[in-house]
Amino acid sequence: MYDVIIIGAGIVGCSTAYWLSQYEMSIAVLETHNDVANGTTKANTGCMHAGYDPQPGSLMAKYNVEGSAMGKQLCEKLAVPYENCGSLVVAHTKEDMKTIEELYQRGKQNGVKELYLLDEKQTRELQPRLSGNVKGSLYAKTGAIVDPWQFAIALAEVAVENGVALKLNNEVKAITKKEGIFTITTNKDKYQCRYIINAAGVYSDVVHEMIGEKEFTIIPVRGQYFLLDKNEGEKVQLMLFQSPSQKGKGVAVCPTVHGNMIVGPDAETVESEDLATTAEALKYIKEQSKLTMDCINYRDNIRNFAGIRARSDRGDFIIEESKSVKNFYNLAGIASPGLTAGCAIGYHVIDWLNTKENFVKKQNYQETRRKIRFKELSFAEKNELIAKNPAYGRIVCRCEHVTEGEILDCFSSPIPPQSIDAVKRRTNAGMGRCQSGFCGERVAMILKEKLNIEFNEILLDKEGSKILMNKAKEGDY
Amino acid sequence: MYDLIVIGAGPAGLSAALTACEKGLKKILVIERDKEMGGILNQCIHNGFGLHLFKEELTGPEFAGRFIEKIKETDVEIMLDTMVMDLDENKNVYILNTRGYQKIAAKAIILAMGCRERTRGAIATPGDRGSGVYTAGAAQRYMNMNGYSVGSKVVILGSGDIGLIMARRMTLEGAKVLACVEINSYSSGLRRNIKQCLEDFDIPLYYSHTITDIKCTNNRVSKVIISRVDEKYNVIEGSEIEIPCDTVLLSIGLIPENELSKAAGIIIDERTKGPVVFENMETSVEGIFCCGNVVQVHDLADNVALEAKKAALAACKYVSEESSFERIIEVKANKPISYTVPQKIHLPIEEKLIDVSFRTNRVLGNCVIKVADSGGNVISRYKREYVIPGELEKIKVPVSLIRNEQNNITIFIEED
Amino acid sequence: MIELICIGCPKGCKLLVDENNNYSVTGHSCQIGVEYGRSKILNPTRVLTTIVRIENAIHNSLPVKSSKPLPKDKLIEAAKALKNVVVKAPVKTNEIIVKNILDTGIDIIATRDM
Repeated sequence: MYDVIIIGAGIVGCSTAYWLSQYEMSIAVLETHNDVANGTTKANTGCMHAGYDPQPGSLMAKYNVEGSAMGKQLCEKLAVPYENCGSLVVAHTKEDMKTIEELYQRGKQNGVKELYLLDEKQTRELQPRLSGNVKGSLYAKTGAIVDPWQFAIALAEVAVENGVALKLNNEVKAITKKEGIFTITTNKDKYQCRYIINAAGVYSDVVHEMIGEKEFTIIPVRGQYFLLDKNEGEKVQLMLFQSPSQKGKGVAVCPTVHGNMIVGPDAETVESEDLATTAEALKYIKEQSKLTMDCINYRDNIRNFAGIRARSDRGDFIIEESKSVKNFYNLAGIASPGLTAGCAIGYHVIDWLNTKENFVKKQNYQETRRKIRFKELSFAEKNELIAKNPAYGRIVCRCEHVTEGEILDCFSSPIPPQSIDAVKRRTNAGMGRCQSGFCGERVAMILKEKLNIEFNEILLDKEGSKILMNKAKEGDY
Repeated sequence: MYDLIVIGAGPAGLSAALTACEKGLKKILVIERDKEMGGILNQCIHNGFGLHLFKEELTGPEFAGRFIEKIKETDVEIMLDTMVMDLDENKNVYILNTRGYQKIAAKAIILAMGCRERTRGAIATPGDRGSGVYTAGAAQRYMNMNGYSVGSKVVILGSGDIGLIMARRMTLEGAKVLACVEINSYSSGLRRNIKQCLEDFDIPLYYSHTITDIKCTNNRVSKVIISRVDEKYNVIEGSEIEIPCDTVLLSIGLIPENELSKAAGIIIDERTKGPVVFENMETSVEGIFCCGNVVQVHDLADNVALEAKKAALAACKYVSEESSFERIIEVKANKPISYTVPQKIHLPIEEKLIDVSFRTNRVLGNCVIKVADSGGNVISRYKREYVIPGELEKIKVPVSLIRNEQNNITIFIEED
Repeated sequence: MIELICIGCPKGCKLLVDENNNYSVTGHSCQIGVEYGRSKILNPTRVLTTIVRIENAIHNSLPVKSSKPLPKDKLIEAAKALKNVVVKAPVKTNEIIVKNILDTGIDIIATRDM
């Protein structure tokens, strides 16, 4: 029996777990997949938006601005890659100029600090490589980029260190309530609690309706991306957005904290959690990106992927207690700017819980995380580390210069990786230009040994994604 | 301070180090990131190596073995399990291994890091993202070094040599290879590999086709859609063929490893993706030479070893003598020649012949390769029965003919 | 006339074998082509290259080959016959791993030291 069960371990669920773990209460997090951050959180632009975009007075505006303000310090505490690079909305026409003027005003109303309207010259000083015909831009100095899955993993790791029970591979199938106690049935087990925090992302309406009435609907919106080589990453200094128009929001061209360039997303309503990329959408993104930057070399693309944003039919975040189920708190419809808002949304869940009863802060709790990133260390630090543990002297991922020591580290972390991609999200191994062509096999063999599994149980990512089928000569011929 | 540091202990690095040693260079170090010498040859267990160099047919490991045995008898220092993290134009080499992170330096450097495979991203193949999509070389390593098969029903995209070789390997090890799909109307692999890796096992090769969608079930590949393309690679609608399978192997090209070349400030040729080189395999940074697939993707390991000899001789010369050249001329290429190696020539030089190698971007029948001086006068001709993109074409240009050239020479092809 | 690509070397000569004229070969650049052209039609053979399991070694697999070309139609059968072969390191190049595979008189030998 737990006090609180959080359903979903994306950025919202993980941040909620992190903040609540500082209080005297027992908490479990239920997650369908074999890792945290395996849904929307792992497939987005990685932007910490400044907050000029949401409508004033909306929950999006409130949590975006607050999340943006808290991001830097939080990422520092958690050793999460974060870079305050700033963002531009580039205007190409007179209408665009009007639009960015409106965005500027909206940003002021939302309480965004350090917003500036720039002319062409100032714009090009910040971002030399831009397509022709730039009229001006809206510069948001507080805009930042972050490693989205590291962010969620770090929050979850600290939560686990503070005693939160993380139950991976637990897909919620049914919820019942009797005498104030919820019973949650998953594909694995049954769990009981007094409060439910619904952070189930794309499935948050489904989860809510397992026990409550229909109060909102989640519309899955797929967005596709190009992730380009670091050669291209050098071309982009800050997040570049297109001026929103009737045609849509356009696509963004952004740097990533890993030094790559990311281009996307489009927005396409889909039936279910369909994560396929399509030739049409990729073509559209490529074309649309030329408006921002016409010198992107798509031959240097290293990966395409799609993410699903959980847009609600209310057009805003849904952060409220269910009207039909008492003690059931929905954190739903957290579409963009959800990554930015996520940390602030989780921070305020305690406010609601404390309207129910009085939870007090723990005497001792962890709020920081340490992580060794070998390539960021100084000459002397590197040698000190290798002297202590020679595994740091062996490179496994040669594109991203990730050492065996760092990979072994994550197996002794609070949430050990269960797949090759889980190692990638924790260490960057396999994220580079060869896309694990070289290190995939080495990581696979480490996984096999560390998890003590058979070769045909090694997973690339989610359940079922096995990478090896047979031993040589044991196939059907 | 070393006389020579060779980065990489594959066929290029080992051949270079051996040559330098034979030439009497004293302090030679070879740095290899793997736990053993041999490089990619260790996983190329098929035969077909050594016909030029040793006049007998060897497998990859046997070919590597010849060099490894020889080098073990020399004083060449071999540093295994060691990664070169950085390189600068002053020939400082930053290395990492279990003994620490350190800076070492040499009078001359030979880059021999080889190449890497292009991935799904490079061609932006759409579809689901489960497991079951591998570069052919990655699957080759799982199979030949670990003894594991990545799948049982396989479609190969691209007809590069590694893909063709893997078609045979997967078949011999118990998988069904259902198709090899090539976007061009010709293969980029060697003809004999099409013969003995596909035709021997009745594996269909679809020319002018590509994979247009990859579908997964339960996060593993379950089928691919292949479609016909026109000459401009546009997908022809209605030509789709659905092939249920569990594995896709990509054999869609190789790219020189150029991180260290770039780190040292070496000028890169956008066409080869490797360093711009002189006739002696020197890069734009004096004293840094390169050879093998780090320069251009070769068709045969034999040619890699020969190119490495040339780089090593030049490195030895660099260490012991002042350079004496007066000027530099450029080697230009006209379509359908995609590029040439070398891209530049020092003049004057002692050598009598300059090897120029190149690839074309299409198949040519009976044709004449011509070399013209900067005045447009054809100075030498080379007849060929055919020139195909899968094979590296080579000509030897007599130095006597370009002795007085001041600017450039141009290589072009005329079809009969 | 049967058209063939010679696989004797990477040059890949286009051979013409005349089955009505004592299997005479044209289109070759060297003697290997003549022999290949004739034997290809009369008795196609290939060198088998594959792996066997190895224990206590740097890798799990030892590369091996047939000491001489095997009849082409026996390649898969020969590979299958090696399914349960396990050797222990150290092994030397050219060491015989399996003698007389499928009664062909041809051995399976190691192609590297391990």
